[in-house]
Amino acid sequence: MDFPTAVFFFLAAILIYASLRVITSRNPVYAALHLMLAFFTTGGIWALLQAEFLAIAIILVYVGAVMVLFLFVVMMLDINMDRIREGFWSYLPLGAVLGLLMVMEMGLVLGAKYFQVPVSEAVVPAGVSNTKEIGSLLVTEYVYTFELAAIILLVGMIAAVVLTHRGKKTSKIANPNQQVFVKAKDRMRVVQMPVEKD
Amino acid sequence: MDALMNFGQGIFGGIWPAVWTLIKIVLIVGPLLLGVAYLTYFERKVIGYMQVRIGPNRVGPWGLIQPIADGLKLLLKEIVVPSRSSKAVFIIAPMLAIGPALAAWAVVPFTDTLVLANIDASLLYILAITSMGVYGIILSGWASNSKYAFLGGMRSAAQMVSYEIAMGFALITVLMIAGSLNLVEIVNGQARGQFADMGLGFLSWNWLPLLPMFLVYLISGTAELNRAPFDLAEGESEIVGFHVEYSGMAFALFFLAEYANMILVAALTSILFLGGWLSPVGFLPDGILWLFAKMSFVLLLFLWFRATFPRYRYDLLMRLGWKVFLPLCFFWVIIVGVWMITPLNIWN
Repeated sequence: MDFPTAVFFFLAAILIYASLRVITSRNPVYAALHLMLAFFTTGGIWALLQAEFLAIAIILVYVGAVMVLFLFVVMMLDINMDRIREGFWSYLPLGAVLGLLMVMEMGLVLGAKYFQVPVSEAVVPAGVSNTKEIGSLLVTEYVYTFELAAIILLVGMIAAVVLTHRGKKTSKIANPNQQVFVKAKDRMRVVQMPVEKD
Repeated sequence: MDALMNFGQGIFGGIWPAVWTLIKIVLIVGPLLLGVAYLTYFERKVIGYMQVRIGPNRVGPWGLIQPIADGLKLLLKEIVVPSRSSKAVFIIAPMLAIGPALAAWAVVPFTDTLVLANIDASLLYILAITSMGVYGIILSGWASNSKYAFLGGMRSAAQMVSYEIAMGFALITVLMIAGSLNLVEIVNGQARGQFADMGLGFLSWNWLPLLPMFLVYLISGTAELNRAPFDLAEGESEIVGFHVEYSGMAFALFFLAEYANMILVAALTSILFLGGWLSPVGFLPDGILWLFAKMSFVLLLFLWFRATFPRYRYDLLMRLGWKVFLPLCFFWVIIVGVWMITPLNIWN
């Protein structure tokens, strides 16, 4: 077994363990932490496949940003495991069907022709930057899909703002904008008056 | 150098490349930790002099052994684990804080050849690794099983996440004009330009054409490091931070991480905006000493900020990040983009 294969099996073992812990751990914070570990090892496996941009992107986006927000929410949840487990058997058929569908989809993706490229052909020649290639593909061949994804994200962002906006604030909250622009003469009045003598 | 390589090859055989990489890692991390220790000494001395005090002067000549004494003291103290806390996460959190601070140094170039791993996307790597530093904070707050630590952790994590965006945008302008994600090429790009040909290299560095972004990066860097005037995590007089439940070496690890991150941000500022190892004037040779001089200058700025500015209020801090820096960054990215396609482009 050569070195990359050994590294692959090492990372894959961690990945499988972490993914199992995501669905089996009772504490949602531990589940989120194991999900983070799973993303991290996935990044490692992608780096092994010389997809350095994707490897760094998954760590930057999922571990560095998405999971932080996830943890924010999960940590503040008050979770009663017994109540969550109540409906387990009634939801099982639906869940099983969905799970089966996802397994089939994964099988289709793994069986597609792009996954059958032998390692020797996938090796990039030296001097070609993986990041640059992806960038130029995104703005030439896939520019419409790229723009479409951007618009969907923008719509999602606006929707989140609209959904969480609670109207005008009625409390006497200090407005930093006004505070910053305040001048001395707005707050203080110098009064001229004659000197009083006894 | 060749003799050393042959010697190592002779002793270790096939695993020599791995051993040589380990030696290089030790050569980076060792001086870095020493630098962290003496940065605390430097900070106390500099702030002492700025406030007309003497600073530490009891342990060793001029107090030079003081950081070692402090470290020893913290090492010998007991680590108190709060009751009903999740012990594993409580212990892992400080490691998660310091790990990224050290791992990021793998791609930092010291000269155009002296770099541990000269990878193509080194700037992205640094962004990805440093974005993980927030886990140490958020998890230490949660694992302490204390409301105050939890709220403090949430506060500091929100601060770091907010300023990461402004920092990322400042970096985007830099990589736009450099046309590369590689730190070595970003520095080499700063060696070209009209002023560099006239022998005034320091006017060709990125800080001048990207002055607003340089300031945004420096200020966001200060906020990202939880340094004064954004040091709400340590404002013990008015607000409680995420590390209240930590003691001994576990507590010290957070500070080691903070100072290691300070040196990292200083190195990145020097490389991205201040020309890295390039000499400011034509008649002096380039070299690693210039990089260290620039890093020392940026570090001095951080200490100077701490001695000068009063602490920010939390809502003003968030306002600065989201409502001032973020629009400014959007605007400046567009400005630079337009600048680059006009005939006035100075970066081709």
